[in-house]
Amino acid sequence: MRKSLFALCLALLPVTGLAAGGGDAHLRDMTPDLHDKASLQNGMKLFVNYCMGCHSLEHQRFSRAAEDLEIPRELVEEHLIFADDHAFNDQMSNAMNSEEGAAWFGAAPPDLTLVTRLRGVDWVYSYLLGFYRDPQRPTGVNNTVFPLVAMPNVLEPLQGVQRQVCSDAEHEGGSECHLELVREGSMSPDEFERAMFDLTNFLAYVGEPSRLKAEALAPKVLIFLFVFAIVAYLLKREYWRDVH
Amino acid sequence: MGNPNKPKAQRGVMRWVDERFPATQLWQDHVSRYYAPRNFNFWYFFGSLALLVLVNQILTGIWLTMSYTPTAEDAFASVEYIMRDVEWGWLIRYLHTTGASAFFVVIYLHMFRGLLYGSYKAPRELVWVFGMAIYLALMAEAFMGYLLPWGQMSYWGAQVITSLFSAIPAIGPGLAEWIRGDYLVTGITLNRFFALHVVALPIVILALVVLHIVALHEVGSNNPDGIEIKDKTDADGKPLDGIPFHPYYTVKDLVGVAVFLFVFCVVVFYFPEGGGYFIEKPNFEPADPLQTPDHIAPVWYFTPFYAILRGVTFSIFGLEAKFLGVVCMGLAIGLLFVLPWLDRSPVRSMRYKGWISRVMLGLFVVCFSVLGVLGVLPSTETRTTIAQVCTLGYFAYFLLMPFYTRLEKTRPVPERVTD
Repeated sequence: MRKSLFALCLALLPVTGLAAGGGDAHLRDMTPDLHDKASLQNGMKLFVNYCMGCHSLEHQRFSRAAEDLEIPRELVEEHLIFADDHAFNDQMSNAMNSEEGAAWFGAAPPDLTLVTRLRGVDWVYSYLLGFYRDPQRPTGVNNTVFPLVAMPNVLEPLQGVQRQVCSDAEHEGGSECHLELVREGSMSPDEFERAMFDLTNFLAYVGEPSRLKAEALAPKVLIFLFVFAIVAYLLKREYWRDVH
Repeated sequence: MGNPNKPKAQRGVMRWVDERFPATQLWQDHVSRYYAPRNFNFWYFFGSLALLVLVNQILTGIWLTMSYTPTAEDAFASVEYIMRDVEWGWLIRYLHTTGASAFFVVIYLHMFRGLLYGSYKAPRELVWVFGMAIYLALMAEAFMGYLLPWGQMSYWGAQVITSLFSAIPAIGPGLAEWIRGDYLVTGITLNRFFALHVVALPIVILALVVLHIVALHEVGSNNPDGIEIKDKTDADGKPLDGIPFHPYYTVKDLVGVAVFLFVFCVVVFYFPEGGGYFIEKPNFEPADPLQTPDHIAPVWYFTPFYAILRGVTFSIFGLEAKFLGVVCMGLAIGLLFVLPWLDRSPVRSMRYKGWISRVMLGLFVVCFSVLGVLGVLPSTETRTTIAQVCTLGYFAYFLLMPFYTRLEKTRPVPERVTD
């Protein structure tokens, strides 16, 4: 019995994930809303405009995103496909190869198709909000969840500049630090957080484009199985009437 | 000519078939006139469920093979292609990945049933041994299948497990290289694991399942009371406590199938990653031979044995700790094979065994579960000590069995099965 309970616990344990490793900073909670098409569309716009120069989505097609996010084909072709060598049905790759990326930044910018499944949405959201000024870094910025990251804060024009304030100098980088804005960007902090929510939301969609299809199909399958179980049970009871 | 007494359909197509192939006879021998004890309980659902999951794995596996590319360059991308561009590909893949874990859930519960009611004892030794062979083949099948997505955990898991063979003195390094087909896990390893996973091992498993069932139907099913229903028969020679497998257990197993599929589908549709236990997070990153993940954990169904392996941190008689760990891991599985000859109890079922047997089975379950949890976690000094204690508990269950099963006082066994 204990063993079955253990196995059942394992089977029903989907809530807590295994640690992805690294970056133990406290992460901001982020729950994707894949039904919010406006958010996903804005996220895609932000991704294409700010991220895609360096980061590809190698497994995601423009056409699939257009279909799932309900963006008309003309709009995608006009506003979201920049490179001449990209067609509507192509994957969202970019022109930077990994050798160049490694030479320019010290580390090649990773493909982000599966980043939300690899590191989790909380991590991505916190990372995007976690840049702060650090003059010792070659890029001039550091990150709370990814210390010594090679990526510059490309969203600085939107976010502005943050600095890290630690209440106790001896515990720098410890739990007593927080970020505060020292120079405003074109967005207010609330607007920027909302934008990063949208961007993370889009990446969550890209990580598993079938998620909404799965959740739309699930109730039908489960209701069928529930009814099937009742019918099967009644059938069993009828057949077993004569077994004593 | 064949046996004139063998059952034949009276007319029509079946009669024509029966004169050429024993279709009706096979159906009767194995299904409609196979008499099973009438007192099967909850624990008896998992045999038919294992068969169901096997069919699921084979069918979804065939469809995955249609779109998967077994090369180091394209394997990872082809899995994402299945997830995104292949019609229903995501569902086929999730059924397969969840099915792998579900297979071990039902197999572990099925094996526990055997331990609980002494289903391995004479005359069912071969049923048990064939079953253990299935378990072993299944572990190989799962291990090789796990390499195919070519993610980081696929790669490093395979690297760790294949390197275990190199711990064997003298022949080890050569053996590991022979298994991988290269000095490291590479595309060559991926190719051979693919061949073994989709062709060789499924054939072995299917053959063993046939042997398992033929052996079972030869000796008849055990039951929660562990008594022989063939000893008490009516005038026609039918067991008094037996009922035909069909329709009684086919309809009963149908209820089990429905409930199982409900739980299974909840996981498939809502939690296919199983919280990082069914699909480990590092596997969303393509394999990188130059970058070792921070923490390499095998999939949950291997972790008890992995914890035993890691628990051996000392060397004896000049033998390396790693080698001794491999030996312990091998013994942990090997002892299960000889279980029928370790149990000297005059009774089969735990219902009539003494308290020592019950305590030892409880200890075994606790140790196995704790080892399973420890195998997922990074090792620390405390955890290693706990793993060592649990390894001792695991082995004590088997190695002391010949003594405690003979010495303890058993309870009287009933003449007929109880409800």
